[in-house]
Amino acid sequence: MSDASHWSVFLNAALVNNFVLAYFLGLCPFFGVSARLETAVRMGGAVSFVMLVASVCAYLINLLLDAVNAPYLKIISYILVIASTVQLVEMLMRKLSPTTFRAMGIYLPLITTNCAILGLALFQTNRGYGFTQAIAYALGAGIGFALALVLMAGVREKLDLANVPNLVKGTAAALIVAGILSMGFMGFAGLGR
Amino acid sequence: MLGQEVKTTDEFVKGLWRENPVFIQVLGLCPALAVSNTAINALTMGLATTFVLLMSAISVSSLRSFIPREARIVSFICIIASFVTVVDYLIQAISFELARSLGAFIALIVVNCLILGRAEAFASKNTLGRSVLDALGMGVGFTVALLWIGVVREILGSGSLFGVALFPDTFQAWTIMVLPSGGFFAMAMWLLLVNWLNERAAEAEKREQEATP
Amino acid sequence: MNIPGPIQQPPTSAWSMYRAIVGIGAMCALLIVIVYQTTADRIRENQERFLAAAVSQILPAAQTTIAVVQTEDGRLEEAVETPALPVFLGYNADGELVGAVVTAQGMGYQDNIRVLYAYSFELDAIVGFKVLDSKETPGLGDKIEKEPHFLANFEALDATLTPDGDALLHPIVTVKQGQKLQPWQLDGITGATITSEAIGNILNDSANTWAPVLEKNSHAFAIREISEEQ
Repeated sequence: MSDASHWSVFLNAALVNNFVLAYFLGLCPFFGVSARLETAVRMGGAVSFVMLVASVCAYLINLLLDAVNAPYLKIISYILVIASTVQLVEMLMRKLSPTTFRAMGIYLPLITTNCAILGLALFQTNRGYGFTQAIAYALGAGIGFALALVLMAGVREKLDLANVPNLVKGTAAALIVAGILSMGFMGFAGLGR
Repeated sequence: MLGQEVKTTDEFVKGLWRENPVFIQVLGLCPALAVSNTAINALTMGLATTFVLLMSAISVSSLRSFIPREARIVSFICIIASFVTVVDYLIQAISFELARSLGAFIALIVVNCLILGRAEAFASKNTLGRSVLDALGMGVGFTVALLWIGVVREILGSGSLFGVALFPDTFQAWTIMVLPSGGFFAMAMWLLLVNWLNERAAEAEKREQEATP
Repeated sequence: MNIPGPIQQPPTSAWSMYRAIVGIGAMCALLIVIVYQTTADRIRENQERFLAAAVSQILPAAQTTIAVVQTEDGRLEEAVETPALPVFLGYNADGELVGAVVTAQGMGYQDNIRVLYAYSFELDAIVGFKVLDSKETPGLGDKIEKEPHFLANFEALDATLTPDGDALLHPIVTVKQGQKLQPWQLDGITGATITSEAIGNILNDSANTWAPVLEKNSHAFAIREISEEQ
């Protein structure tokens, strides 16, 4: 059980070691969905929810696998749980908000391959977080991911209206913006210690 | 592409440049940037990913008539996750130091969109031979792309290459290059170069076509 | 982006779904277990070799070591299986207790840092230090691993206990580079404040947990019979 305080775990995941901008996790949806602010917000919400569920499940799976001494099943169990959770979210979204479901398109099932969620599960077990710490971690990571996504979307929407050379348009510009955002987030270093 | 007889060797070559996973398809970015802060990490990650690509391509292609459509994704994920677990333990057995420096990112190969993408788009629909070539091509292309980024980041950011110091002590390393921002910038640099080269090639082709009636 | 809808195919039978999923699941499980069993010994050897090398590096006087754990009533007993953060007692060739080696971990700037430190019963101080696992920033935070002036902190980092022996008399604390005045202070690294402070916290917490228990039980473990099989 790690003895980091809940608040520092939360802040760390959201800002100091932001999943996208510091750990490079969740980049595919980050570049794919951040073109429009609205989809970015929805994606951020969906990912946060999946992260929360995945975090709890990872904690329980870890307990179970340690009890039966089968650590080698971790990777495969985590990813299967994540895939199922995403299926669940898909079904729920289709029922509750069909417009959102259509707007998100292919990116919703792609949450399964979102490294951020598996990364969350793996980091959390490596650092030995307890149950409440894991929840704080998932909340922080989800909010941090959503924040990075929304910031990115805002900047990209503005960039679309600006005079960007053809060569740089698209992914290259997005990468440079991401690099600058990442530098900005480095300013949070030391917060919450 | 469809309707033409695709040369067998083309399946391998296309992964190197024309359909390079990192720079053209923009897949598998997470590991490309995360572990490319030194050249040896980039190389190991590339080789590990190629291994998983190859083994899953072999498995998926061999079993493709056995897996029904609805169970595709789950089966692919199972297979990929197993081989990632295998490569994780193999790396730990081979070199403890490498395993420590790569940490959880080996496990993250499982969510490398490249592998699932190739399994779904190619290996599940093609013969074993072609799938192997495709996997190898993509894997090598991925490794090379990773190495490009890693070499630049290590030389500029640590003044060394594969751990061997290149410059005298007075060299002021650009530490930003080994930090996350540097990863984004290095990749942007290479992407710009690739885009520019591709644009020039496309323009040259267009001029050729216009010249010959 | 227009994604074409799926081509209509005859629905697959439940049996073919079942056998595919179960078959693949079984094959995958078999593969994982085989590789795990084959590599488990080699991996454990690697880990032990690494740890043994680290221990002998920071406590050279120790010829043999035993792993110990704390019991609930504050005593030491020999470990039956290696815990996640092993603690060792080191003995020289004559079987005399020469020191203890403790593993500690805590959050650094980037990720968890795991360190190993040697505790001397004679000097009541930390006399050796080695970083086992660190993902700190290359060129900045990773200076804790090699930089001579930082490692000089551990020639004798004071860890004296309070008179009742329950805690450190002076908490180990990190100070700015060049401002170390007291033997229980850690001279930090400029440009790597967070990492340096993390090391200070890690050592302080760990020493507070282990030094009292080690001191109280040092007599019970003072001499150890060296068996011929070693």
